[in-house]
Amino acid sequence: MEASGELKGSAIIDAIKASGIRTIVSVPDITTSQGLLWPIARDPSLRHIRVCKEDEGVAICAALSYCDQRAMLVIQNTGFFYATNSLRGIAVEYEHPVCLMIGLQGAEPDVLPDDSPKYSIRIVGPMLDTLGIERHKLQRTADTAAIPGAVDRAYRRSRPVAFVIGRSPV
Amino acid sequence: MMKRDACLKALARRRTDEIVVSVYRAAFEWKVFAPSPLNYVAVGAMGLASSHGLGLAIGRPDKRVWVLDGDGSLLMNLSTLVTVANQAPKNLIHFVGENGVYEVNGSHPIPGYGKFNFAGMAREAGYRNAYEFSELQQFERDIDGILKQDGPTFVTLKIEPGEEYPMDWPYVHGAPQRDLFRAALKPTNPRS
Repeated sequence: MEASGELKGSAIIDAIKASGIRTIVSVPDITTSQGLLWPIARDPSLRHIRVCKEDEGVAICAALSYCDQRAMLVIQNTGFFYATNSLRGIAVEYEHPVCLMIGLQGAEPDVLPDDSPKYSIRIVGPMLDTLGIERHKLQRTADTAAIPGAVDRAYRRSRPVAFVIGRSPV
Repeated sequence: MMKRDACLKALARRRTDEIVVSVYRAAFEWKVFAPSPLNYVAVGAMGLASSHGLGLAIGRPDKRVWVLDGDGSLLMNLSTLVTVANQAPKNLIHFVGENGVYEVNGSHPIPGYGKFNFAGMAREAGYRNAYEFSELQQFERDIDGILKQDGPTFVTLKIEPGEEYPMDWPYVHGAPQRDLFRAALKPTNPRS
């Protein structure tokens, strides 16, 4: 897969909405701050729940699924590392459809995350694989096309899914 | 100090169609006193009962949500007090059984027991109401009014173990109760 190109935040938001998601739960991430999270925060058609820690968000998203409300948890890779136990317990073992968008702090935009020389970037994908969480790369705008189908699958199967954002959305 | 089972029995007598999120000993005992499909036990990770409760309260504003938390659990997720207060769900009541120990993990003491005040922290975080009870008679006298108030409401229950009840781990970890809960909580507004 090619790493170069551009990733439009508006395309991610459109895909999120096309997935039936109207609630965004977040902890800020510098990678996605300008191009994704601020536009989400300003979008009146989205409910934005700010949490203090990522594991709070995992629980909130799981609970909302019982109310037939779809949600996306937008976090940073450091927050993903922090929330691993909650993902293990709530999302994987209890089979809840928790949808994650993980920004990679410090990612080199033209290097695929799995090939990154940076440990904190390189291990995200293998960690998701170890947890058994389906993952998708968001490296270029065209990648956003996978979002609605993957979210639908997550809710249909009641399983988590992760979208790994490899460059700052513009 | 109150017996935990006496407190839970007092709440069980008042439970109608509330969603009840519970952890550890409270979950095991609540199952005995108030079995219901609307019991939510899929907490799944340390300290997150109130976060699940917040999600349910936001997702179902038409229903009252009671959270039966533990002191050790809440200490693992103290930031929840700020998150809950910021969202300010009117339909959420957050009970914390304060016994001073991690009871299911060997009864080791929680850090700082007796040196801080949960209800005070909740109040300062921005909960609309915060109470603390250590006498059952007083709790029985006040709880009906508290349950009717707009939340978010926080209630510390100073407790000690009562009678022994079975620790039904399959009930907490298994899929059947989650399936029952999902079926019982049929949505009124799909995907809003």
